[in-house]
Amino acid sequence: MTVAIPLTISEALDALSSNPDARLIQGGTDMMVEINFNHLKPHNIIALRRIKELRTWTKNTDGSITIGAGVPYQEMETGELKQLVPALAEAARTVGSPQIRAAGTLGGNLGTCSPAGDGLPVLFAVDAVVHLQSNEVSRQLSIHDFMLGVKRNARNANEIITAVTIPVLNGWQGYTKVGVRNAMVISVASACLAVDKPTKSVRIALGAVGPTIIRCRDAESWLTQQFDLSTSTKIELDLAKEFGRRVALESKPIDDHRSTAEYRRHAVSVLAQRLITRAYPS
Amino acid sequence: MSATKQDVRSRDTLGASALRPDGVAKVTGAFSFSSDMWAENMLWGATLRSPHPYARIISIDTTPALLISGVSAVLTAQDVPGKATYGLISADQPVFASEYVRYMGEPVAIVAADHPETCRRALEAIIVNYEVLTPVVDPELAMLSSTELIHPDGNLIRHQHIVHGDPNAASDITVEGNYTIGMQDQAFLGLEAAMAFPDSGGNGVELHIATQWLHEDRGQIAACLALPEENVRLVLGGVGGAFGAREDISLQVHCCLLALRTGKPIKMQYSREESFFGHVHRHPAKIWMKHHATKDGKIVKIESRMVFDGGAYTSTSPAVLINGITHTQGPYQCDNAIVDGYAVRTNNPPCGAMRGFGVVQACFAHESQMDLLAAACGLSPVDVRLKNAMRTGDKLITGQTVESVAPVERCIRETDAIPMPEPMSQKANVLEFPGGSGRTADRHNIIRGVGWGVSIKNLMYSEGFDDYATARCTLSDGVASLKFATSEVGQGFVTLAPQIARSVLGIDEVVLETSDTQIGSAGSTSASRQTWMSGGAVDGACRLVRERLFEHVGKLHNIDPIRLMVENTDIIDTVGTFRISVSDATQGITISETFEHHHRKTEDLDENGQGNCHVAFAFVAHRAVVDVDVELGLVKVVQIATAQDVGRVLNPLSAIGQLEGGIAQGLGLAVMEEIIMDNGRVKNPSFTDYLLPTALDAPRVVAIMIEEPEPQAPLGAKGIGEPPCISVTPAIVAAIRSATGKALLRVPVRPQDICL
Ligand SMILES: Cc1cc2nc3c(=O)[nH]c(=O)nc-3n(C[C@H](O)[C@H](O)[C@H](O)COP(=O)(O)OP(=O)(O)OC[C@H]3O[C@@H](n4cnc5c(N)ncnc54)[C@H](O)[C@@H]3O)c2cc1C
Repeated sequence: MTVAIPLTISEALDALSSNPDARLIQGGTDMMVEINFNHLKPHNIIALRRIKELRTWTKNTDGSITIGAGVPYQEMETGELKQLVPALAEAARTVGSPQIRAAGTLGGNLGTCSPAGDGLPVLFAVDAVVHLQSNEVSRQLSIHDFMLGVKRNARNANEIITAVTIPVLNGWQGYTKVGVRNAMVISVASACLAVDKPTKSVRIALGAVGPTIIRCRDAESWLTQQFDLSTSTKIELDLAKEFGRRVALESKPIDDHRSTAEYRRHAVSVLAQRLITRAYPS
Repeated sequence: MSATKQDVRSRDTLGASALRPDGVAKVTGAFSFSSDMWAENMLWGATLRSPHPYARIISIDTTPALLISGVSAVLTAQDVPGKATYGLISADQPVFASEYVRYMGEPVAIVAADHPETCRRALEAIIVNYEVLTPVVDPELAMLSSTELIHPDGNLIRHQHIVHGDPNAASDITVEGNYTIGMQDQAFLGLEAAMAFPDSGGNGVELHIATQWLHEDRGQIAACLALPEENVRLVLGGVGGAFGAREDISLQVHCCLLALRTGKPIKMQYSREESFFGHVHRHPAKIWMKHHATKDGKIVKIESRMVFDGGAYTSTSPAVLINGITHTQGPYQCDNAIVDGYAVRTNNPPCGAMRGFGVVQACFAHESQMDLLAAACGLSPVDVRLKNAMRTGDKLITGQTVESVAPVERCIRETDAIPMPEPMSQKANVLEFPGGSGRTADRHNIIRGVGWGVSIKNLMYSEGFDDYATARCTLSDGVASLKFATSEVGQGFVTLAPQIARSVLGIDEVVLETSDTQIGSAGSTSASRQTWMSGGAVDGACRLVRERLFEHVGKLHNIDPIRLMVENTDIIDTVGTFRISVSDATQGITISETFEHHHRKTEDLDENGQGNCHVAFAFVAHRAVVDVDVELGLVKVVQIATAQDVGRVLNPLSAIGQLEGGIAQGLGLAVMEEIIMDNGRVKNPSFTDYLLPTALDAPRVVAIMIEEPEPQAPLGAKGIGEPPCISVTPAIVAAIRSATGKALLRVPVRPQDICL
């Protein structure tokens, strides 16, 4: 087994093009588990942790922010990132334990692309853009085109995920996740809701209730017609409930050993109702 | 602060919060667990397990594995030189499956190789042809006479009937329920691991092993190896928790077989996933219970039928069953009863010992029933329990008189007097809400509930078993050294034993010798028994040594030894002025004594379930306060108030550790811990999906220790390990019921049970 320890993205890309079967490792919090379970036996590894460019985030001129694929969750939980993307901070806080949050990253969450990944519903709700780079080209892909299915994404083998760009919205946003334990638990169902007041839009994305993260576009547009999202008025309970009911209709949950489809459908309706009520409280 | 600590530590006698001698090493990572062992030239061992819950083995071809370079041995059933099977009560479990595999994960073959990865490849290369059969997974079905036998010994492991008093006794009120208890795992953190060293001639072996009972292991191992017991020497490896899961043989025989075959030291250790298949679990059970009572809430009669799923092999199922049914009444008076208990063989994973040992299952049922009874006669949960509370001298439904101190009423009253937690404040942190870091709930979604659970638990082994304990004390030059085979599994006997020696002998320095089979048995570290049994043995050995020391000092100074006593670290003459430090008195001499502690004899049950089958009993009350997000079915246990009958507190820090840990484990069973089975297959053999409580799940524990010394107990102290985890489970479920109005007849309570 070889381990390359590049210090820059271009060194990493060189290593990748000379070893097309190499596996990238960032925090290792998904990959080491796979290796321990013997599901993965990499021959060549490219360790991305020392690449500074991947571990920084920047504010862009259009107001959006770009977060390096190697920025650990710990940095999203507090500080300026929390103020700019509160839903991401809440999602980051739900990930694993302090140790996992010190190592785990959005790059890894995107690389794994589990429907239960806690970073992903936020990226879906805010219409994030994924930056991919190979030795030949770099491209930017909407998150909606990036995630293809359960642990499947549109990354080519010669590409590195370098960053995600997240529009900064003007309105309330939040993330909430149901698990059977009060911390350190894999999602049974989750939801991210984000409001953008200037465009009078609301976005809601669901995790762990389908093969990909699900954006509930029907429920979103229905609510836009029922309620002036640019105001700060309280949303009525009945309206919030109906929103939750419509959100649940768009989920595609299954029965498994973690929960039942019925419970997951119920849970996302409750989560959606609560999130929209948090966005428009009395 | 540090000064007081110093003071306490300078005389760590009984009653002091002596610190664990291995505490710092454990916290800093320096402690050597059995998985940390290493030897020159060692090989690794690994186990091939059945992927099927039930199948016939048509053929096993090990040649491809033997061809892999680095592989030294591949062994199957035909390589077992001695007895082909083992078991704690009935030797019905094969060292390797030969004709049939009867549960998913059953060992089929083992390999020894130069590296774990070589082992893994070798296991993959072994070709096993199976004829897959339909597993029998429902105990009710398994025990029908029309169902095929999945083992030559039959599908019914044990049936026991109890009839007591007047089975036709009449009453005003009846309440009944059907209760289900899921399969809990002990989930100790230190995984199964061992290292075996072959004797040079190949006719003996030394096994370093994390176990609960060295001597019992030795007997079973020696029989399978066809070696005399004295040629099999066991040494206790560093144990990271046990909770019952280390009572049965797991890798012991395998590891020794490979060492003897290869002539090299063999290291074996399970992964977390393998551990879920490598040890027994808590029995899932179905319990029907019916209480008959007067209209003012006095129990007249209890009827019950309990079915325990024993899984594929017997393990301790017969004893677990007896514990379950003989605790049907709980800590309450009951003159009349009819109970039937069945332990049944299925193609589910074998089940056996786990903290609480059958009583956990019975308690969930009887405490749920007590709340139904309270509601039926308009009493509070506290009043119905006080009205029926057992006292010393009462008879159990087995006809046995409870001779133990039985402060049930005090446990309930003192628990009741513990202040309730403050209502949730406006400033409460969302992390403290049900749902925790998932931020699912807002304040107005949360409803608070309160519930009760009270329990009785037998201490030590039952049904005529003489589970004695042995200890040796050697005193020389002011230092006592203690030798015993007691397994330290985290319970703190390594802290307690020196405290006993210091108290009895008036010395400060105590050395613990290696725990191994070079001395008589200590019995198992289970059944809440080691403080009583091994504690009694250490106390006895130290007292014998002290007697001899008094004789020696008496002779030397011309004082009748009867007048001598130990005061702090001196020997004094109670009627004169003579005083000498123990350290001075023991210069140049060595006194050594061995003592066996036996508890009083117990009896088998007769065909009506009557007999003095248990040694002694301990009691505890729990009051749970929970916050429930009713709409999502999520729970946060806010506070557990408890008063426990402990006899005497020998080490307050150790004692509270047992109470808090047991409460967390009982909480686990109440709301999250379950091995999920699907037609004989384990669906969640990992900590991703087998959920243990985290710090955000653990409640605030407010505990009172009720000290009424137990006359039968050598140190006055009752076993305290099991009671904390028993009635806390029904207390939490009762609290969730009170918040939600749901019946909740099964544990663990799942979110969908609450909100759908
Ligand atoms: C105990 C524990 C608890 C956990 N809890 C949660 C949880 O609550 N919520 C949750 O969402 N997840 C959880 N996880 C999973 C994991 O922490 C997250 O998915 C995390 O985001 C992975 O990031 P990483 O940097 O560690 O990824 P790694 O393990 O380094 O990589 C994961 C995958 O992504 C690929 N990859 C990594 N970086 C890149 C890149 N720059 N370009 C292309 N591919 C890349 C890797 O090749 C690999 O396939 C948990 C894991 C553990 C061990």
